[in-house]
Amino acid sequence: MKTLLLCNLHIFTTVNLSLNGTMHHSHHICCWLLYQWAMGSAPASAAGSKSEDRNSPNTGTFISSKASSLSATMTHQYPALTAEQKKELQEIAQRIVAPGKGILAADESTGSMAKRLNPIGVENTEENRRRYRQLLFTADQRIDSCIGGVIFFHETLYQKSDDGVCFAKLIKDRDIVVGIKVDKGVVPLAGTNGETTTQGLDGLSERCAQYKKDGADFAKWRCVLKISETTPSQLAILENANVLARYASICQQNGIVPIVEPEILPDGDHDLKRCQYVTEKVLAAVYKALSDHHVYLEGTLLKPNMVTPGHSCPTKFSSEEIAMATVTALRRTVPPAVTGVTFLSGGQSEEEASVNLNAINTCPLTKPWALTFSYGRALQASALNAWKGDLNKEKAGTEEFIKRAQANGLAALGKYKSSGTAGAAAQSLYVANHAY
Amino acid sequence: MTHQFPALSPEQKKELSDIAQRIVAPGKGILAADESTGTMAKRLQKINVENTEENRRSFREILFSSDPSIANSIGGVIFFHETLYQKSDSGKLFPQVIKEKGIVVGIKVDKGTAGLNGTDGETTTQGLDGLSERCAQYKKDGCDFVKWRCVLKISDSCPSALAIAENANVLARYASISQQNGLVPIVEPEILPDGNHDLQRCQYATEKVLAAVYKALNDHHVYLEGTLLKPNMVTAGHSCTKKYTPQDVALATVTTLRRTVPAAVPGICFLSGGQSEEEASLNLNAINQVPLHRPWKLTFSYGRALQASALAAWVGKDANKKAAQDAFFTRAKINSLASKGEYKPATPASQAAMQSLYTSSYVY
Repeated sequence: MKTLLLCNLHIFTTVNLSLNGTMHHSHHICCWLLYQWAMGSAPASAAGSKSEDRNSPNTGTFISSKASSLSATMTHQYPALTAEQKKELQEIAQRIVAPGKGILAADESTGSMAKRLNPIGVENTEENRRRYRQLLFTADQRIDSCIGGVIFFHETLYQKSDDGVCFAKLIKDRDIVVGIKVDKGVVPLAGTNGETTTQGLDGLSERCAQYKKDGADFAKWRCVLKISETTPSQLAILENANVLARYASICQQNGIVPIVEPEILPDGDHDLKRCQYVTEKVLAAVYKALSDHHVYLEGTLLKPNMVTPGHSCPTKFSSEEIAMATVTALRRTVPPAVTGVTFLSGGQSEEEASVNLNAINTCPLTKPWALTFSYGRALQASALNAWKGDLNKEKAGTEEFIKRAQANGLAALGKYKSSGTAGAAAQSLYVANHAY
Repeated sequence: MTHQFPALSPEQKKELSDIAQRIVAPGKGILAADESTGTMAKRLQKINVENTEENRRSFREILFSSDPSIANSIGGVIFFHETLYQKSDSGKLFPQVIKEKGIVVGIKVDKGTAGLNGTDGETTTQGLDGLSERCAQYKKDGCDFVKWRCVLKISDSCPSALAIAENANVLARYASISQQNGLVPIVEPEILPDGNHDLQRCQYATEKVLAAVYKALNDHHVYLEGTLLKPNMVTAGHSCTKKYTPQDVALATVTTLRRTVPAAVPGICFLSGGQSEEEASLNLNAINQVPLHRPWKLTFSYGRALQASALAAWVGKDANKKAAQDAFFTRAKINSLASKGEYKPATPASQAAMQSLYTSSYVY
């Protein structure tokens, strides 16, 4: 009896087999045909039982009685996910980062919302937070082609629009994927120079299962590292990579695509090279941990910082230099199997974030993953300013959000033309990538 | 690990990157002619030829004196130390003969495997002592790339965590030292096809091994754009009763590489292991037709799979030189096509068979 369900008669459109050139998004898998695999001719011997057991949980019938201490070896696979689970995860990931689409990070915690609302003179009440998110979520169909996913904060997932429709349903019905922030904030790593790890693993599986029922298909977990004379330390890199891998593994068990976010803060006076070096080390550790934890890469997304100089670095760098450093770092560390890279905007202005994303997408190096945005402030700053809590200014706020969404959708395709910088000047600033 | 102490200057990086690109230029692969004296004994014994220095020279002469158009299929040749200092019939040093054809010269630099105590017969590879000085000399003597082979095996208890970590580390040390001397390191973590494990098992082990290799390369600050990878294809063990098609092998192989090999690596040159000449070509061809994005070149670094017919045609006789050379040239051309996914085998039936057998990568 075939336990492996290989009979997926899904025929997807063929896209993009080119090896050379600059833009590569394997968003659609080509030509899946029915394949009567050798299952039909599987032998009656023990080898046959191996293939039967491959996709059933831990029956361990293929473990030789001789191999008593398997903890010291990594020779046998105990598949974490079935083919169907993998397929679901990969498809969710691909939908989120479909060409021209990115993520609206609307998952500001209650505390973070205070920082957004106070400066525009709005009281940080639950109702105001609801009204503000409604302003974003009721944007018209113009955002359907540029927003692939929205990250929610827990409170918002269960809030409703004025019409009584659950926000999660509102978003899902527009074919935008619903995501949820699941970490519980940073905690200090004792014995380090002010470094942190992130908590939230306790009961995470149960929480994920519930979020999945409530409409979420992806999750986000943010780890934070910083650059200084003594940081990031070996411990901070290892610990954060490990906790990200645990989180990712648990999410996937519950049909939730994990967005892995190892943010390296832009605080400091370090230059571009330093940030690139640190980013490469951090990402290499993250992907080693994901491999160790048997995470299915095709069903994940990465949310990294762009490689930029520190905020107080006296040297200025062009968006092309930022792009080259960023893409180089990713090419050296992020396996091609990862479906998409959705950058955080950090402290960048709305325009900066769009211009940099555009430069990244026009960088002349092979980029095997989608490169798009997962922006919070860089999508909402103008919207907040236009709204200022005024009932009559809600439409104006929404318009500002739509504008930024469209700009970033273009940037994700390398087609954004900034009104500010001169295009011609930008052309000449590519530095040979051997310098990175 | 907060500060960078750059291992290479931009000029050094550029040189390494350029060499690597030349070796794996479109349609090109590597002739692995680096069989040690002991290994040559096995090759020559099979065709009843005595394993003398002259016979070894003679056979390499056949390969190296091929028509210059061989350079359309061969981007690099790996030498064994002895061969690097031998001369052609016309009195020219072999490296020079190769270089004049526009092919990059490489040299095997490891000194064979050594036992890892406390394991189930696993090994590491030695050769780090004085490696930097040896590399510097090889660079002077015309080499631009090097090769180092580590060996792992699959069994109920292997590969162990120690074998994986130790071999990954020694490969990274070797790579680091090579780059310091302007030599592109080919990193070869071979997982032997011995055993009765199935395709899935080999894929799993290969993913774990390659993840460890690339973490080690990163830890050792190796410049990936100036390296090449020489892995096994993902195949079932030799005594596995289940049969797999080239498409199965191809999809499992490409899936594995996509999950572990950074896009910055310019090329992946497969070893042929125990595969026949035709098998090795068919598999490479299928690999280059897999409908998944492959950001690195996928080509060959074949020893036996390029030379078996040539050896059989030669059988040590001068009169057979042309036939042997033609046999080699034919395999080189076929593998060149396979490296572009353009090899159309003579038998139409097998071609048709190949078309329909792609299965979903979710199964991998």
